[in-house]
Amino acid sequence: MPDLGPLWLSLALAGVTTVILLFLGTPLAWWLATTRSRFRPGIEAVTALPLVLPPTVLGFYFLIALGPASPVGSFWIKITGDALTFSFAGLVIASIFYSLPFMVQPLQNAFEAVGKAPMEAAASLRAGRLDAFFSVALPLSARGFISASVLTFAHTIGEFGVVLMVGGNIPGKTRVISIAIYEHVETLNYRDAHILSAGLILFSFVVLLMVYTLRRASRPHV
Amino acid sequence: MSEVSQLDLDVSVSYPGFSLEVRENIDLTGVVGLFGPSGSGKSSLLRVIAGLEPRASGSVKFAETCWQDSDSGRFMPAHRRPVGYVFQDARLFPHLSVHGNLDYALRRCGSDQPAISDNEVIETFNLHNILHRDVHSLSGGERQRVAIARTLLTQPRLLLLDEPLAALDVNRKSDILPYLESLPRRFDIPAIYVSHSASEMARLADTVVVLQDGRVTAIGSANRILGREELALSALPFEAVSILQVRVARHLSDMHLTEVEYQGQALTVPELNGTLVNDSVRLLIRAGDVAIALEEPRSISVRNVLSGTIVSIDALADSAFAMLSLDISGSQIKAQLTQHAVDELGLAAGMSVFALLKTASFDRSA
Repeated sequence: MPDLGPLWLSLALAGVTTVILLFLGTPLAWWLATTRSRFRPGIEAVTALPLVLPPTVLGFYFLIALGPASPVGSFWIKITGDALTFSFAGLVIASIFYSLPFMVQPLQNAFEAVGKAPMEAAASLRAGRLDAFFSVALPLSARGFISASVLTFAHTIGEFGVVLMVGGNIPGKTRVISIAIYEHVETLNYRDAHILSAGLILFSFVVLLMVYTLRRASRPHV
Repeated sequence: MSEVSQLDLDVSVSYPGFSLEVRENIDLTGVVGLFGPSGSGKSSLLRVIAGLEPRASGSVKFAETCWQDSDSGRFMPAHRRPVGYVFQDARLFPHLSVHGNLDYALRRCGSDQPAISDNEVIETFNLHNILHRDVHSLSGGERQRVAIARTLLTQPRLLLLDEPLAALDVNRKSDILPYLESLPRRFDIPAIYVSHSASEMARLADTVVVLQDGRVTAIGSANRILGREELALSALPFEAVSILQVRVARHLSDMHLTEVEYQGQALTVPELNGTLVNDSVRLLIRAGDVAIALEEPRSISVRNVLSGTIVSIDALADSAFAMLSLDISGSQIKAQLTQHAVDELGLAAGMSVFALLKTASFDRSA
């Protein structure tokens, strides 16, 4: 049996990233779905960048932006005493950007599908904007939230390039499952590589099956 | 009725290819009908009043309270305006049951002891049996009943009804109309009712505001506007309708008829379900349904004969018809006859005549 530490680390990283992205991605997706601002296409393009860029490009810039010489990196050292690069916290920050489109795009689609009509109805029933969001938009886009969270979680589990660049391969801190598989292959330990890889294939299939089953069920029945 | 509130409008909104400009002070008594063809801006005006069109410039004042004024930059958001909005498509929340939808409004009405209670609307709109249903399973008519009940629970001071019957078929319309008719009397809230249907206007409105191409072209009592007495209406194709306020005298249930009385004259109409003796009811009389006789006819199937006087006769340009105005004990009724008949009978203003109305012409479902 291979060391399962990388698996738990991957799950922790994906979990933390998903929760943080729920808080950051929801207002951004709502803004994108409802705004008439001329900045919207620009923001949408920036949000989608991680989909098209090689992870090494993101990883490279994160390495610089989070490094001890950078303002962010040196500030982090000042308050925690640790460097941000090659740490779990650094991985979380990189993952947030790397997985951003997987949270924002499904949410934006869900909010656009809710549309203006129920929100106007809520306003006509004395619900303020925040109240209307939580009491109407949120429940009506519940499936979008599930699908966005599952995709974000799964995508973070699968990330490799950014992790390698920003986090390296430190057992218990930054050695996530994809790095562990890479290492097993490099050291010709094919048995453990098989177990982890097959496990990841099964996991990803189950996740996607959930998402597509949900999508089918969410077709409007009115 | 409580004291009359006024709605002071001085608003304009532009959309691509269309602009709405309305400068009007409207007395809100009973039901104000906003009448005009589709695309004339009726719904847009209603949305402006409700605060759902933030782009509208100008000012909206209700009972001396300023709801918006682009000069001072004031804009009261929709959820703070004490209006109840009933949308054409009901817009019930699909994630809540019927009861959940009502509760949504009640919890936000800002009062622990609201004047209009949930029990009252459940009873008025007959919602007992559907209270725990999923809104997806409701019929169009049921949806609208729930939507109107839900709106009332916000304790509005002004009701805005945006063609609530437009999406319903004829039978469902006649299910909902009695509820709408009873609204102003029962809850004492002024309403603005949008529709392009002259017969809905005649059934519900006391005052009618006519909107054409984004401008108000006429404003007056329902009888006057729907009787086509305004020149501005010549471009609007609808049949002149007269309104007769009658009293229910008795129900002849075995014959499915109801006898009503107007100023001592009796009329027989199809049974008015849900009305009680002595209730005041509106009868609509389409000008084309009225025939005229010089003597009181006998041996004739027509049940209703009203005696009156001809007030005026106007030839309708470029048609075979003339429009007669009759005075029936103080109410004006329009009758559309062929010019040929007018000539042959020698009809003229001042003559005493009998107006003949078939019972079937009072079918209220139409």
